[in-house]
Amino acid sequence: MAYKIIEKRQLVPDVHLMNIQAPDVAAAAKAGQFIILRIDEAGERIPLTIADYNADEGSVTIIFQEMGKTTKQLAKMSAGEELLDFVGPLGKESEIEKLGTVVLVGGGVGIAPIYPQAKEYRAAGNKVISIIGARNKDMLILEAEMIAASDEVLVATDDGSKGHHGFVTDLVKQLLDGEEHIDRIVAIGPPIMMRAVADVTGPYDVETLVSLNPIMVDGTGMCGGCRVNVGGEVKFACVDGPEFNAKDVDFNLLMSRLSFYRKEEADAITKSQKGCGDDCKCQ
Amino acid sequence: MSIRPKMPQQAPEGRITNFDEVALGYTEEQAILEAERCLECKNPKCVEGCPVNIDIPGFISKIKEGDFQEAITIIKATNTLPAVCGRVCPQEEQCEKLCILGNKSEPIAIGRLERICADREREVGVKDPVVAPSTGKTVAIVGSGPAGLTAASDLAKVGHSVTIFEALHEAGGVLIYGIPEFRLPKAIVKEEVDYIRKLGADIKMDYVIGRILTLDQLTDRFDAVFLGTGAGLPKFMGIEGENLNGVYSANEFLTRVNLMKAYNNSFDTPIKRASNVIVVGGGNVAMDAARSALRLGADEVSIVYRRSDEELPARREEIEHAKEEGIVFRLLTNPVRIIEGENMSVNGVECVRMELGEPDESGRRRPEVVEGSEHIVDADIVIMAIGTSPNPIIFDGSKGLEVTPWGTIVVDEAGMSSIEGVCAGGDAVTGAATVISAMGAGKLAADTINKYLSK
Repeated sequence: MAYKIIEKRQLVPDVHLMNIQAPDVAAAAKAGQFIILRIDEAGERIPLTIADYNADEGSVTIIFQEMGKTTKQLAKMSAGEELLDFVGPLGKESEIEKLGTVVLVGGGVGIAPIYPQAKEYRAAGNKVISIIGARNKDMLILEAEMIAASDEVLVATDDGSKGHHGFVTDLVKQLLDGEEHIDRIVAIGPPIMMRAVADVTGPYDVETLVSLNPIMVDGTGMCGGCRVNVGGEVKFACVDGPEFNAKDVDFNLLMSRLSFYRKEEADAITKSQKGCGDDCKCQ
Repeated sequence: MSIRPKMPQQAPEGRITNFDEVALGYTEEQAILEAERCLECKNPKCVEGCPVNIDIPGFISKIKEGDFQEAITIIKATNTLPAVCGRVCPQEEQCEKLCILGNKSEPIAIGRLERICADREREVGVKDPVVAPSTGKTVAIVGSGPAGLTAASDLAKVGHSVTIFEALHEAGGVLIYGIPEFRLPKAIVKEEVDYIRKLGADIKMDYVIGRILTLDQLTDRFDAVFLGTGAGLPKFMGIEGENLNGVYSANEFLTRVNLMKAYNNSFDTPIKRASNVIVVGGGNVAMDAARSALRLGADEVSIVYRRSDEELPARREEIEHAKEEGIVFRLLTNPVRIIEGENMSVNGVECVRMELGEPDESGRRRPEVVEGSEHIVDADIVIMAIGTSPNPIIFDGSKGLEVTPWGTIVVDEAGMSSIEGVCAGGDAVTGAATVISAMGAGKLAADTINKYLSK
């Protein structure tokens, strides 16, 4: 079985959107879940959170940033080409219900997985305030989509080239200190951002959820590579998550485990950029 | 001096540098010589010891005549995975254990004889099976491991329309992700899986039941269902330092090596290559992990096991192979803490020595800590091979499937679960066990499903 790339476009430098033909995944997908893809026979399995899905068209949208060898290789692919494997939907869906006011925080490529949540929280009758952030205005993705899916959108950029000059956490704090009662905060982005959000919301009595994306192999509860420490207990992100209560997550452990293969990843990029063959001993 | 012909194998010093198969298989001459020792008992005990009831004296008598083709036909009447079973079955605990010759000398090497029949057939080309006329009944099989493949083949053989759902990208379950290439070449698994396709079974890869479809949806869409979802969540000891970088579950380590081929530089999946590796556990999975780590270039690989050599649950043959290869056995030893080094990585394991006390409920002597025996063993990688719990995903969105407090599926003596028309077998029912016991359960369930569909 192969999975056709129906559409591919670059959103901002190094960040790409792909629509993949995967009818079974699209029919079952819910906000908060992820997929695992493998490009070709020699490829690794990488998890990506679902950015959108359309059961009628049988398509699933993923948005990814060029980071390692696999995402760089994926970025070079075009519409019409096929992925060898596209497994999902994996993980538990977000528990979306009518709560009142929900604040969704997306940082960088993390804006992609909060987009379907914005749509679903709003469809469930919530007021959705979205806070989206990026390094600068040229790196901000899905702004128009988030405006369409939210009641209110606040933007933060590290360099101040758009919206608030600073981090998304500043805007979270402003909201928490404001008049409006907030029933839930969902933050998705780099672990360091999610930790910062957890730190900000910690003193307030507000439920804060984060979506974790640790290293995993099968994504179905078999390998145990994705284990995270939540509230002092070991959890497997692929079957127990990926969403967890932010205040309980050991982010230092998460970040450390994410860096485990840093050397191997760097070597793989060097090797692929040099175009070395299988016999190469440059590593 | 062994009476059986000696199994040709790769010499230890060479094989620890590659992932090629260790045991090379009997020659035809050796096989015939060994077959001639068979007494062809009128009331063969060996068959009783075989979970899939192969007509053992029947196929051995054909080997005596040099008719390997007829021998494999007899084996395949009840066993669709002979090349796999000939390699990984614990025959010494099953068919060979009951062989009459074992009373006075050595039992017949039934496993090795089964293997050569399957290997000979592959060399000359496997004949396509005759596909039975359709019964019009549909069966869903969840999981393409040994239990699922066996159930699928028995059900397809009688003409039911069989669809196998596999979550991973290759069919075979533990035969693909768990057992290493040097013990079971993946090309052989692929060929045996292809044979099951030729029997008419359709295999859907990348298809996670419990996520794409729930069990309830499956029972609506198929006339019967078999759950062979296998081992799931790896167990950890619950000791300090188990989440440090460099602590793997055996499942993860072996999946990276076997399914994802991390040992081969032309594949993208990374694996840590370490100097000192500790594998915790004493079963076949522990041996597989240790021997894989050695082949990845470790200087020293130790098995840490809390009981003594006698209680090691692994097959004797695997233990011997591991010892020949230089795996260090730290027996009567138990880890109590994994020591943290730089950047939250592993920098050794604190262990205690154990002694065996009175027998516990399982009848095995209970290991007890020797006071003051704490010591540190160097390690930069630790692999936990202490078992698994069943996969929980299948239970998401299913009503009425009864499970034990340990998460295994409850079945009756015929393999039927609490839901009518839904059978289960293999590790999902028993907890971690052997390939052949899973195949036996698949066979039993296929028979039960067949009767259920004929009602």
